[in-house]
Amino acid sequence: MMLTQPIAPPQTALSLRGVTKEYPGTPPVRALRGVDLTIENGEFVSIVGPSGSGKSTLLHIVGTLDRASAGDVHVAGFDLAALNDKSLSALRSQHLGFVFQQFFLLAGETALDNVADGMLYTGRPLARRREMATEALDKVGLASRAGHMATKLSGGERQRVAIARALIGNPRILLADEPTGNLDSKTGASIVQLLEDLNEEGTTIVVITHDREIADGFPRQVSLLDGEIEHDSGDRR
Amino acid sequence: MTVEAPEQPAIAPSRLAPADTLRAAGIGLRTRRLRSVLSALGIMIGIGAMVAVLGLSESSKSDLLAQLDRLGTNMLQVQAGTGIGLGPGTLPEDSTAMVSRVGPVDTVASVRDVPSARVFKNDFVPSGQTGGLSVLAADTNLMETLQGSMTAGIFLDEASPDYPVTVLGAVAAERLGIRTLDQPTRVWIGNEWFTVVGIMESLDLSPDLDRAALVSVQAAETYLEEDLVPTTLYVRTDPVSVDEVRGVMAATVNPENPDQVEVTRPSDALEAREAAESALTNLFLGLGAVALLVGGVGIANVMVISVLERRGEIGLRRALGATKRHISLQFLGESLLLASIGGIGGVLLGSLVTAGYAALQGWGVLIPTVAIVGGLVAALVIGAVAGLYPAMRAARVSPTDALRTL
Repeated sequence: MMLTQPIAPPQTALSLRGVTKEYPGTPPVRALRGVDLTIENGEFVSIVGPSGSGKSTLLHIVGTLDRASAGDVHVAGFDLAALNDKSLSALRSQHLGFVFQQFFLLAGETALDNVADGMLYTGRPLARRREMATEALDKVGLASRAGHMATKLSGGERQRVAIARALIGNPRILLADEPTGNLDSKTGASIVQLLEDLNEEGTTIVVITHDREIADGFPRQVSLLDGEIEHDSGDRR
Repeated sequence: MTVEAPEQPAIAPSRLAPADTLRAAGIGLRTRRLRSVLSALGIMIGIGAMVAVLGLSESSKSDLLAQLDRLGTNMLQVQAGTGIGLGPGTLPEDSTAMVSRVGPVDTVASVRDVPSARVFKNDFVPSGQTGGLSVLAADTNLMETLQGSMTAGIFLDEASPDYPVTVLGAVAAERLGIRTLDQPTRVWIGNEWFTVVGIMESLDLSPDLDRAALVSVQAAETYLEEDLVPTTLYVRTDPVSVDEVRGVMAATVNPENPDQVEVTRPSDALEAREAAESALTNLFLGLGAVALLVGGVGIANVMVISVLERRGEIGLRRALGATKRHISLQFLGESLLLASIGGIGGVLLGSLVTAGYAALQGWGVLIPTVAIVGGLVAALVIGAVAGLYPAMRAARVSPTDALRTL
C-alpha cells in the first residue's frame, strides 16, 4: 500500500472547517463548536485559552488521536475522514510530532533510545534510529546526555529529549501541549527559544498553552473560548 | 484504507519489527524488576514441580529397570499354597529334581523351613527374643540361582554340610549386630554354636531370605531337625520361556494337587511398586498444574495492573504511531516473556532438584525431553492466555484519555 507522496507538498499544514466535537452525556458536552482554522506550512502558532476552552480537544483532533463529531479536518494533505484507524496511526508516525506537558519519557531507557522511539513505528532498524536520534539530540543541545537514563535528567532536559523525539522523523507538524507547563519560567523560556529555532528551520509548530505571556511571543495567536475561536491574529479572511 | 478524494495520497502503514516488539515487551520487565521476578516465580514453581516430578519418576523408573535388568525377570518362586485345609505349606521332597528336568529351567534351588530352630547372638539371649529372624536350610546353589552377592565371607559350599556353619541375610546380620567377619564370629542356633561364614547383600527379589540365617540342608538335619521338606523353590529359567515355565510349574511340582502350589514372579512386585509410584506421580503432576494455573493468574493480575499504570505510555505510543495491534502485541509479548522466564527458570529448577535427589539416591539422572519441552510450551500457553485479556484492554485504551492521565 506504499504510494508516493504528492510531488509538491500542500501549502496547508492543517485545516479545519466547521469542526465540532461532542462528548456523550446528558446533556452532551460540546467541546468544539464549529471551528474554522487553517495553518500553513512553516507557521508558528499558539493556541491559547483557559482550561475547558477546547484547546486540548482541538490538539487531539488535529493530532488524529480523536475524531471530530462533524466538519472537515485535513492534516498534511490528508482528509482524516477518509482514513481508518491504522492509517491515522501511520499518519502520526510519519507526519506528526508530539510534545506533552508530562514529557512521557520511558523510564527504563536512555535519552538516546527515548528519542529513537520517535521512529519506532516506522519500521526502520534500531541502528538507523539511533543514528537519527543522535542527530536530533545534538539539535536540541543534549548530545552529551545521550547515554543518561531518562530518570536522571532534569525537567528541562527531559522536555528537550521529548522535543528531539518529536523531531527525529522530520515531521511536517509539531504539536506541543503545554510544553512549558511543568518547567520553571527560565527553563520554559529556553524551550520556547528551541521551538522558535526549529520553526526557523521550517517545521510547522502549534503550541497549546494557557499562558498568555508565552502565547504573546508567538507570530500568530489563536485564542479559544468555550469551544469557539475568539480571536485569531493571523486570520486572513 | 479507503481513499475518497482523488488527490488523497496514501501512507505507508506503521510497522513494528519483531525485534522491536520484543524490545518494547521487555521494557515493562526492565523497569519493574522485582514485580516481574515475583510474578515469574509462580510459573517457575509450577513448571519446576512438574519437571522435577517427571524427572524423578523417570530417574527412579530407569533405576528400577536397571535393577530389574540386574536381578532378571526370569526368576520364579514356588511355594506350597497356604490356606484352610492345606496343612503346613510344604512341597514334595522330589520337587527340586522334577523342576530341574523342565527344559528351559536353568537352575533351581530349594529352601526348607527349620521351624524349631531360632538364631541368637549367644546362648544367654532369652529364647523369646527371636528378632523376627528365621532359620532356613538352603541348597548350596541358592546364591547362584538368586544371582545375589555377598557383603562378607562366602556362601554355603560343598564343604559346608559337615560343619555347623551359617550364612546370614543382610537384615539378620544387622539385627544380630554382626557387621564384619574379620574375627571368627559365632551365633547360637537351636542348641548349637554355628560359625558365620558369610553375610549376604540385601536380596531385592527375596526379602524373606534377608531375615534368615541359612544353613546347609545336611547341617540342619545333623544339628537341628530331621526330615526337612522343601518349602520354597527358586527357579531361574530361560528369559524367553518364563511364562511357559510358569504355566507348567504347579503340575510339575505337585502333579496330584497342582492347585496347592503357588507360583509367583518376585519381579512383578517391583513392577507393581512402580505402578503405585506412577499413580503418585500423577497426583504431584496435578499439584504442579495447579501451581502453574495460580502462576498464570498471578501474571494476568500483574499485567492488568501494568496496563492501568502505563496508560501514559500507551497514549504516547499511540501518538508515536503505534496501532492498536502494536500495543496489544507489546503487552502480550510482555506476558509471554514473563511466562517464559518462569518456564526456563522452572525447567532449570526442576532439573536441579531431579539431579540433586537422583544423586542422593544413587540413581542415574534422567530428565525426559517431554518434561523440558512440555514445561516450556506449558509456560508459553499460560503466558499467552494470561496476557490476552490485558493486551486487549491495553489496545482499547483511548489515546486521548491515556494522555490526559498523570
